[in-house]
Amino acid sequence: MSPFFIITAVVTLLGAVFAMSLRNLVHCALAMAVAFSGVAALYLQLDAQFVGFAEILVYVGAIAILIVFAILLTRSGETPVKSVLTSGWWAGIAVTAMVFTTLGWAILNSSATPKEIPAAPVATVKNLGDALMTKFVLPLEIVALVLTLAMIGAVLIALKEDKSENSGRKP
Amino acid sequence: MFDKLDQIFVNALHWLASFLPEAWRPLVSALICIAVILVVFPTLFALVTVLERKGLGRIQNRYGPNRVGIPFTKIRLAGFGQFIPDGMKMLTKEDIVPRAADKAVHFLAPVVLLIPILLAYSVLPFGRNMSIADYDAGLLFFLAVGGAVEISVFMAGWSSRNKYSLLGAMRAIAQMVSYEIPLILSAVTVVMIVGSLNLNEIVRHQDQFTFGIAHWHVFTPWGFVGFALFFIAALAESNRTPFDLPEAESEIIAGYFTEYSGFKFALFFLGEYLGMFAISGLGITLFLGGWTAPFSFLTWIPSWIWFFAKLLVIIFVFIWIRGTLPRLRMDQLMNFAWKFMLPLALVNILVAGVWHFMGAGALRWLVCSAIIFGAYAVLGRGLMHNQKLGKRIYKFAE
Repeated sequence: MSPFFIITAVVTLLGAVFAMSLRNLVHCALAMAVAFSGVAALYLQLDAQFVGFAEILVYVGAIAILIVFAILLTRSGETPVKSVLTSGWWAGIAVTAMVFTTLGWAILNSSATPKEIPAAPVATVKNLGDALMTKFVLPLEIVALVLTLAMIGAVLIALKEDKSENSGRKP
Repeated sequence: MFDKLDQIFVNALHWLASFLPEAWRPLVSALICIAVILVVFPTLFALVTVLERKGLGRIQNRYGPNRVGIPFTKIRLAGFGQFIPDGMKMLTKEDIVPRAADKAVHFLAPVVLLIPILLAYSVLPFGRNMSIADYDAGLLFFLAVGGAVEISVFMAGWSSRNKYSLLGAMRAIAQMVSYEIPLILSAVTVVMIVGSLNLNEIVRHQDQFTFGIAHWHVFTPWGFVGFALFFIAALAESNRTPFDLPEAESEIIAGYFTEYSGFKFALFFLGEYLGMFAISGLGITLFLGGWTAPFSFLTWIPSWIWFFAKLLVIIFVFIWIRGTLPRLRMDQLMNFAWKFMLPLALVNILVAGVWHFMGAGALRWLVCSAIIFGAYAVLGRGLMHNQKLGKRIYKFAE
């Protein structure tokens, strides 16, 4: 493990821990942005440039902003006085540890995971684009359709309900 | 001789690195590059603040700063020493943090603003062989780190616990999110034609000449529209007039950095100008040929001079627009982005496709120009529809 990996991993994990344990929701959202940036840095260390940049563009640039907007628009500013962790947090940790061990054991023993690590394939942005436009064009189109539907839905929700017939033209 | 001058900085870096053991070279040359960026662009910022004040002064029929030159001498330098006392004033001012402010976030916001903006400089090609990180997806990197600026704007506006700050931050984020879309879509046309996201590749694609005139993308129909859209969106992204609603000083004081003083205020100021230079640099790279010369008989001038000359011209246009245009209203801003720029950018993508598949010839010029002109006319009429623009009536100032 290189020192860069350790630093980014620690930053990512700290961001994730703070994102769920801080009292102020906006602080949580900002901590989550830190965790997203850490994940992007991890991708970059794996030479996955496109995924790393897309992670920053989508998660730090858009999702984090969306979350803070949602917090600001729906809640008042006060923060809870008590700790946000419930008293049964140790049970949660026990369950998490059990699930993690089971999943890890299953993955390590399954026949689907290759035992020898294959040589890293060269995945340039161009290759990714070619794959998206040829092999994976149907999933891409379906995602585009879903996003369009989501946008139309958002517009429908945001539209003012107008009872009278002629008032549609008024500014 | 001119080839040497063209590569002088690259060779200087290699020469400096050659004194070091092999293992240290990548790290030290990276540090030198970072140091150069940290010196050159803040210096440019300092000079541009004076230029802007002088330029605005000219436009408004006054002198602007013309006294301060080199300290302790009689040399005035036409006022270009003004940034030294300005900087000293910023450094020595008291740093005031509001009592109700969220201290940690308030402190971090200017730092978080500068990091992505400085990162963006790492992919810009400043000259032949002069880009620091030659990423395969350099354009995507630039746009990604540019998107991270919004979070620092939010941090500044929210942590100040001030109505004006929060209003300014909301306006800034709404504006940045809206104008990021035409910005990216207009850049997509270049990617379509060049077939690469690498900024060096994009510049090399424009480094050819026909009849002595360069193949800059701005000289094609789709490139012209793309550059116009990119330039307008860049104005909005860097919060410059007429898109300076986020900090509209006559309405909400200074927007999201109202509650910042001293050096933190200076950092915001610096971040704003550095962001403006970076996005101008990207526009130059995408549409104005990067470091290439406009005419083949001018290729002997070193490439980095071309880059900075174009940068200064764009900065001049920014200052000129600031001195000329009034500020938009919020609804005009949003209407313009969503009802005019976004559809035109989409049409422009179509035009770039047509341009690519029609092959060389006069016909594609005609077809592409016709599509663009038609779309422009229809969209412009749609935008002006129901606007009821008539003679302006002054209610109170008669």
